[in-house]
Amino acid sequence: MACNLLIRGMLNTLKPQSRITRRALFKALGIGGAAALLPERARAAALPDTGGEQATLLDLTRCVGCEACADACREANAARFPEPRKPFPQMLPSGTKPEDFSDRRADTSRLTPYNWLFIQRAQAQGREVFIPRRCMHCQNPPCAALCPWGAASKYPGGTVAIDADICLGGAKCRDACPWAIPQRQSGVGLYLDLAPRLGGNGVMFKCDRCKDRVAAGGTPACVEACPNGVQVIGPRPEIEALAREKARTTGGHLYGLDENGGTNTIYLSPVPFELLDAGIEKGPGKPHLASVADSMAPSNRLAWAVLLAPLAGAASVFLRGARAVVRRKEGGDERV
Amino acid sequence: MNGFSLYRIVMAVLAVSGMAQMPVFKRYHIADVPGLAWTADSFLTFRLHYAAAAALLFWLGHRLVRRGAASLGAARVALLGMLFATGAARVIENLPRVAFPPMAGRFLDWTHLGAAMAIGIWALTSVVRKNVKTPSPDRDIV
Ligand code: SF4
Ligand code: SF4
Ligand code: SF4
Repeated sequence: MACNLLIRGMLNTLKPQSRITRRALFKALGIGGAAALLPERARAAALPDTGGEQATLLDLTRCVGCEACADACREANAARFPEPRKPFPQMLPSGTKPEDFSDRRADTSRLTPYNWLFIQRAQAQGREVFIPRRCMHCQNPPCAALCPWGAASKYPGGTVAIDADICLGGAKCRDACPWAIPQRQSGVGLYLDLAPRLGGNGVMFKCDRCKDRVAAGGTPACVEACPNGVQVIGPRPEIEALAREKARTTGGHLYGLDENGGTNTIYLSPVPFELLDAGIEKGPGKPHLASVADSMAPSNRLAWAVLLAPLAGAASVFLRGARAVVRRKEGGDERV
Repeated sequence: MNGFSLYRIVMAVLAVSGMAQMPVFKRYHIADVPGLAWTADSFLTFRLHYAAAAALLFWLGHRLVRRGAASLGAARVALLGMLFATGAARVIENLPRVAFPPMAGRFLDWTHLGAAMAIGIWALTSVVRKNVKTPSPDRDIV
């Protein structure tokens, strides 16, 4: 009965326009364990997938650091920027501090809840390189996997977004993100209505690849605004092929293809990324450019153990039974 | 160690690592207690939760085949079933190249949390009941 209600509730939450169908959800719930037994390709076919990921390629050889992209981002998303209620709730226990950028809205030197894209600069190999920075839109985003409240999600299409109406501002996504991308603004969001002093601390903000604009048939504002065509967006296989081809023909370097298990943001640079990483200013809101191991890989391996465990447990009964029969038989043979 | 002790230990690990998924140990300075810093390690507690879930599900699979669902009681089977269904679906969603609609993911998280809290409350009431009357060997396994 309870299970019935649960599944019915789940089905009701599925939007009709969603790429993930009811059938796919049934498949996911019912086939999870069995899918674990399948080889990678068949497994991918059995589970609801991200539905053809979109990726962006940023060609840093073209970027002149004019910041038109960052301006466009701020303009396109201004209506979604936080308007905090002040004074902030006195947090319990004391020691939990609010984070407030509302008096620093004009700060374009780093990522903030009011600046989801900024330009990093590095001097390397005798040239100045400009690097537009924002969320990488990881293919297996730890920010979404570790968000305990379902506020951070990966969308079919490869976008990773945080729902400002749901987020409690615990900043787990920022802890889990290898680049510490999401930025917190206190004094806004659901926590104010739930337990303002005891739980939560605001809302986390970051680039959502202009998902509403894109859903309406548009292009991300930063991609559209760039006068030099630094960014291109398209299906990941095509973008990946383009990135590899450009890197091969220009002797360039790529970042993002394998970082954190693969991201949907690929940078092409004329100089090695170790040099760029050494050259940029790093710190809160200023992400690094070092290579990043796949932070979800160990849990993904454990995931198959979880999904197979009930089958293994059941099989252990039969194994035990079979062993007992063999032992009895052997004992019988000895007696003969 | 008998099966019930194993079940209790695994449930305790699941409860602690599950609670650690909400950043409460850091917020309430429990992670500052010497020896408990690991409770604020997001990835460690996440993996621990998976590992303990695998152990619980192994136990459940074994138990259900060996002694049948009736040996666990209908209510316990329903609660553990709900935990399993929502947890397993979330584990699948966390895999690379898998995405559910955000509302479905949210529903899974909230139902999982609700089922875990219901099991916690049940465990407490069963301890109280245990003190009132002598339990049968199976009554106190939650
Ligand atoms: S870069 Fe960070 S915030 Fe963006 S998807 Fe990856 S883990 Fe999440
Ligand atoms: S994709 Fe949209 S939200 Fe993201 S940085 Fe560009 S303009 Fe901003
Ligand atoms: S608008 Fe284009 S050229 Fe200007 S900073 Fe942004 S990416 Fe670089």
